[in-house]
Amino acid sequence: MDRTTRRRLERLGLALTGLLAVAMLAFLALEWLREYPYAGTLYDQFTTAGMWADYYLGTSVFGYSFMLRSIAAGVLVGIAAPLVGTYLVHREMALIGETLAHTAFAGVAIGLLFSATTDWDGSLLVTALVVAILGALLVQYLAERTNAYGDVPIAIMLTGSFAVGTLIISYGRGGFSGVSIDDYLFGSAAVIPAEGARLVAILTVAVVAVVALTYKQLLFITFDEQAARVARLNVTWYNTLLIVMTAVVVVGAMQILGVILVAAMLVIPVAAASQIARGFRETLALSILFGQGAVLGGFAFAISQGLPPGGSIVVVAIGIYLLAILASSRSGSAISIH
Amino acid sequence: MTAIVEMENVTFAYGETVAVRDVSLTIEAGDFLGLVGPNGSGKTTLLHLMLGLHSPDDGRIELFGQPVEAFDRGERIGYVSQKATSRGGTMPVTVREAVTMGRFARAGYSRLTDDDRAIVDDALETVGITDLAERRINELSGGQRQRAYIARALASEADLLALDEPTVGVDAESRDAFYKLLDSLNDDGITIVLIEHDIGVVTDRADRIACINTELFHHGDTESFVESDALEQAYGTTGQVVHHHH
Repeated sequence: MDRTTRRRLERLGLALTGLLAVAMLAFLALEWLREYPYAGTLYDQFTTAGMWADYYLGTSVFGYSFMLRSIAAGVLVGIAAPLVGTYLVHREMALIGETLAHTAFAGVAIGLLFSATTDWDGSLLVTALVVAILGALLVQYLAERTNAYGDVPIAIMLTGSFAVGTLIISYGRGGFSGVSIDDYLFGSAAVIPAEGARLVAILTVAVVAVVALTYKQLLFITFDEQAARVARLNVTWYNTLLIVMTAVVVVGAMQILGVILVAAMLVIPVAAASQIARGFRETLALSILFGQGAVLGGFAFAISQGLPPGGSIVVVAIGIYLLAILASSRSGSAISIH
Repeated sequence: MTAIVEMENVTFAYGETVAVRDVSLTIEAGDFLGLVGPNGSGKTTLLHLMLGLHSPDDGRIELFGQPVEAFDRGERIGYVSQKATSRGGTMPVTVREAVTMGRFARAGYSRLTDDDRAIVDDALETVGITDLAERRINELSGGQRQRAYIARALASEADLLALDEPTVGVDAESRDAFYKLLDSLNDDGITIVLIEHDIGVVTDRADRIACINTELFHHGDTESFVESDALEQAYGTTGQVVHHHH
């Protein structure tokens, strides 16, 4: 395939992804505002369109707002996660996502404890987000102190926060009611509450905006941190920004993929894209397209087989990765990312 | 003449190990300074101090007449580090993208303009890698890759080029071409600081030499360096001197 065709196809893919994302954002916004006159009518039209889609496709998916909500959250995570993941993978920080997911799990546990012992009845996702961001800042602090993203501080953070989470949950067993920890560990399409999907929507828009604004700086510190320091970029600030964005994406993605699988969305589409992309901009574009392919393919597989979406998305993503390796070795320009 | 770098009684230690002791030197605009010394003599540390990558424990450093810690005109320095880059070997980045990074310090949060792109094209042409612009940088040979990093420095329209052993792993022919390129850039008025383990190359190219082994043993023009015994002093009797005749 020549360069122009390839670029055109990528643009087309990105445009379709953008349209899909806008439609999903619109759905979530309408669901939120459906009490209001015009929004209510539009929201009804959305669900009617979903029912027609079900009728023509012979499915029973799109007519249910909770399914649409899950798919919307998946589509948005499928954009934000590979976007942030592209920088993480090439900074060799692939496991940061996994670590912060475990920190977020501790956040869920702390939220449960908090709501069981006080009058507070906010969302557990809020405590997960707060604790994950604090965890991100702590990892960043440790990395600055030890002068590298060594895997030792990461392993300590990962296991340590999970240990705290399990202790709190064991301590409160019987006291915490109405929450399935399994849903947080393994993810679930059915569990995503409206507020969870709205959180994903807001976080995705924020992450896309921040990356669009700081694309150049993040690229420079990823490619050559020392030269970026000499060019007087505030490397510590951009590193902190990147890791906080990771925490934010992880909390969004955790609802669908579960704590244990969340890193997959940050890493696998990027690994696949890096196999065949010719430059960084193309890597970003392909990561998003592959992430989107994994989410949509994973949902289709999960729904048709009655399986959980988390595992399905990851398996489809790995399928894409293997195809990318095949494609790159065929074109004779195989470049291992290690 | 204006001083590009001014160091006064600079000392720096990693914990208990002193890497640079009481070094004072001045680099004037248009200088081509070769920085030589045995392995582990503090050459790279000294360069990092000049660029503000380390803060001195003692002494004073000025960069372009500003205290180095307050210096904020990052685009005035083009820096090519020892391993060229930490990620250039694995990351999918095209040569053009890498060279364009030279414009990032100037652009800040704004979008790159057509002027920026024209300057990148010029830089690619100056170092002779226009035909490689769309290739991934990790597909390039060592010599071509170093040219790309020089192009990045040129794209930032730097006044000072700081190069830390830029030709390690580069074949002899490309290396000669690379140093010819440095000569012509220096003739155009760009100040160059070069760390190079091959003394022969430095004395052939540089017009001034700083010879360091923790302390400064010589700082002056190349002829007086060749005639002096600074080299023997700095390298001691055990040190191995790499000499290379052209």
